Amino acid sequence: MIFFDAVSKMYPDGTVAVDNLSLNAPNGKLTVLVGPSGCGKTTSMRMINRLIAPSSGTISLDGVDTQSMNAVQLRRKIGYVIQNAGLFPHRTIVDNVAALPRLLGGSRKQTRMHAMELLEHVGLDSSFASRYPWQLSGGQQQRVGVARALATDPPYLLMDEPFSAVDPIVRAQLQDEFLRLQADISKTIVLVTHDVDEALKLGDQVAVLRTGGTLAQVASPADLLAHPTDAFVADFVGSARGYRALGFVNTDDSIPVTPEQTVTLGQHTSTIGRTPSRWILAVNAVNQPVGWVDVELIAGDIISASDLNLSGTVTSAAGSVRDLLNSALASPSSRAVMIDSAGALRGTVTLHDIVSAIGQAKEARPNS
Amino acid sequence: MTVDWIWSNLPRITELTLNHIGLTVIPTILGLIVALPLGWWAHRSRRSYPAIVGAASLLYTVPSLALFVILPQILGTRILDPINVVVALTVYTISLLVRVVADGLNSVPHETVQAADAMGYRAWQRLVLVELPNAIPVIAAGLRIAVVSNVSILTMAALLGIPQLGTLFTQGFQLRLYVPLVTGILLCVALAIAFDSLIVWLGRLLTPWRQKTVTA
Amino acid sequence: MSLLEWFLDPAHWSGADGIPMQIGVHLFYSAVALALSLLFAVPLGIYIGFTGKGEGIVAGIANALRALPTLGLLVLLFLLLSPVVPGQLVYGIPTVIVLVLLAVPPILTGTYAGIQAADTEAVNAARGMGYSQVQILWFVQLPCALPLLLSGVRSSTLQIVSTATVAAYLGLQGLGRFILDGRAQGDFSQMAAGAILLAALALILELAFIAVGRLIVSPGLQRTTRAPRKIVPTTATAAIRLTAS
Repeated sequence: MIFFDAVSKMYPDGTVAVDNLSLNAPNGKLTVLVGPSGCGKTTSMRMINRLIAPSSGTISLDGVDTQSMNAVQLRRKIGYVIQNAGLFPHRTIVDNVAALPRLLGGSRKQTRMHAMELLEHVGLDSSFASRYPWQLSGGQQQRVGVARALATDPPYLLMDEPFSAVDPIVRAQLQDEFLRLQADISKTIVLVTHDVDEALKLGDQVAVLRTGGTLAQVASPADLLAHPTDAFVADFVGSARGYRALGFVNTDDSIPVTPEQTVTLGQHTSTIGRTPSRWILAVNAVNQPVGWVDVELIAGDIISASDLNLSGTVTSAAGSVRDLLNSALASPSSRAVMIDSAGALRGTVTLHDIVSAIGQAKEARPNS
Repeated sequence: MTVDWIWSNLPRITELTLNHIGLTVIPTILGLIVALPLGWWAHRSRRSYPAIVGAASLLYTVPSLALFVILPQILGTRILDPINVVVALTVYTISLLVRVVADGLNSVPHETVQAADAMGYRAWQRLVLVELPNAIPVIAAGLRIAVVSNVSILTMAALLGIPQLGTLFTQGFQLRLYVPLVTGILLCVALAIAFDSLIVWLGRLLTPWRQKTVTA
Repeated sequence: MSLLEWFLDPAHWSGADGIPMQIGVHLFYSAVALALSLLFAVPLGIYIGFTGKGEGIVAGIANALRALPTLGLLVLLFLLLSPVVPGQLVYGIPTVIVLVLLAVPPILTGTYAGIQAADTEAVNAARGMGYSQVQILWFVQLPCALPLLLSGVRSSTLQIVSTATVAAYLGLQGLGRFILDGRAQGDFSQMAAGAILLAALALILELAFIAVGRLIVSPGLQRTTRAPRKIVPTTATAAIRLTAS
């Protein structure tokens, strides 16, 4: 548990970076500090590992005041990931990851072996191990940064805009992978970002800070969207919050999944039979959806890949109502395709059923 | 006695100083003229950059005294011919400036160069009107170092008997006299500062859009 | 006597003023001066790079020293020291002092500029990870400073070897003897031979430095496939990059 107790940071020129911040980052959870530039989020985070000293107030780790610890010893308990990774340019990738364990007296062989495991853990092929940082893309460097922060298995992790310097596609990948990793390792994490989507996607709890370094609201992402405490927070989480909130509603049994008639690629058109609508779902040999086919426009006697409409998306059974709605909206048949964990077709849900399920859910919880 | 010596030797000191100025300025300008296309070539071709810059900097490692002696053998000149010194200092200037010009051109922001392309500048127009002006601060910084070095290196030629301010050093040594020696050193430093300031001034004049100039 | 004949004459390859001996003496003076310069400049450079104190002064002195003509400085020091230093040392000591004076600025600038040029994000990361100040210096900043530091040492070494030649003018031994004696005797073969030996020595040292650099600088810092970094050099860093390479 990282606990901020009335922490302020004021610079000699009178600028207040952080103003009376009280906040609890619970163990095993990911707490996001988010806000516009100048809201003191990075300053707040850097006060945790004492890269910046607070002007007043205390920060404690599991009840121990950080000021009472040796700064270097404190930092060694806290993994640190920064925006451009900050890898050591003169060390190979594996030696970057092994740097701190080696510094703390581990043998070269053992620390390297452990580093190789960590690299695999963050999704880097072992062929990267002997390369140097400049030979890696930004996204790859960032993975190394995460692996390095985990090298000594610290209970806490601080992440300063860790995914901001990479392009949106890579960012989404890194975020997904990181969430999987966190589900595995359950570190106590404080992550700083200016990107509200990232905050809502990654955070177990999100702390919104406003310019001037005051805390506007701390809440779970769903709560933040449903009950913004004031106009600033409402504005900051964005006007699409109604739609975004669906991302935190799980699909459940109240939404009827109906079996869908399917065809396979290579199937002769004469064997299709009657279809309920002009759109029919095509699957591969293991029943995984591959696209929609317009039965009236099939070019030859055989259904081929060129007949597929690829605009649709699929939703996993564990997905959110937002995913489901998106799938229905993107599908030419207006039916959302649901798959199981193996990627095989479970059935489809009509747009009408999804919308009425959302309506029912809203009526059941009038405030959300 | 100090003033006496300077006064009685004034014509000679003036002559040595003028020699020194000529033997510094001419090679510096010649070196810049040769270094510009070479540096541009190194800048244009990533592959030839290491070869061109490497070869140029290797030339710089040849000690000046050695170069002053070797050049007459190559050029077929006599050992006392000032052309040797001019060529040697030109070689040093080139070896310093090739890299500077290439790095200076490389330092021009990519967006600026692309904007020029997009606006339809021809290659030479882009070079002369966009890249070179933007490379001036870096080239000027290199030129300052080259000219100050040249003022100092030139004095070595006194050991072979080529008259310039270095001659005052050998004279001071032979006569065990401080006055010519210190006069020579001070004049050298004054010349170095004058050339240095001149280039700083020229650099500012040519880049009025820059708010801050590179300072030492 | 032609140049080739001069080189082939066995008399020039032995004795107290033979080629091997003169090269040895030349290298000896150079090595002493370089060792003294390193001893002085590297720790000071580390201090300046680490604290940022005195950087302006050092840059100013380095620039001023470049403007001072070495020959003049050498003669001046000789005239100043000759009354106080006894015997043969009167030639050696001013030479070594001048050599050190010339060699210190490039090493000093290379060291502090190298430390300051060390990737700030890597330094920040190291601090955040719990490296102590000394560990950051030793494990991050110094290895990252090595390319610039080596450039400084290389530049100093060449400067020393070149200037040690001039010491012959004061009467010292070394490769400068061939050039100046040849000049005095009108023996152009001897002069040219001395010049070629000197140039060869400098080139060999330069190549040796390149080789050493390849060996001891981390390949992570020797990115040859990328364009040079876009930095606007101050005259201090420009000077190292220029004169050193």
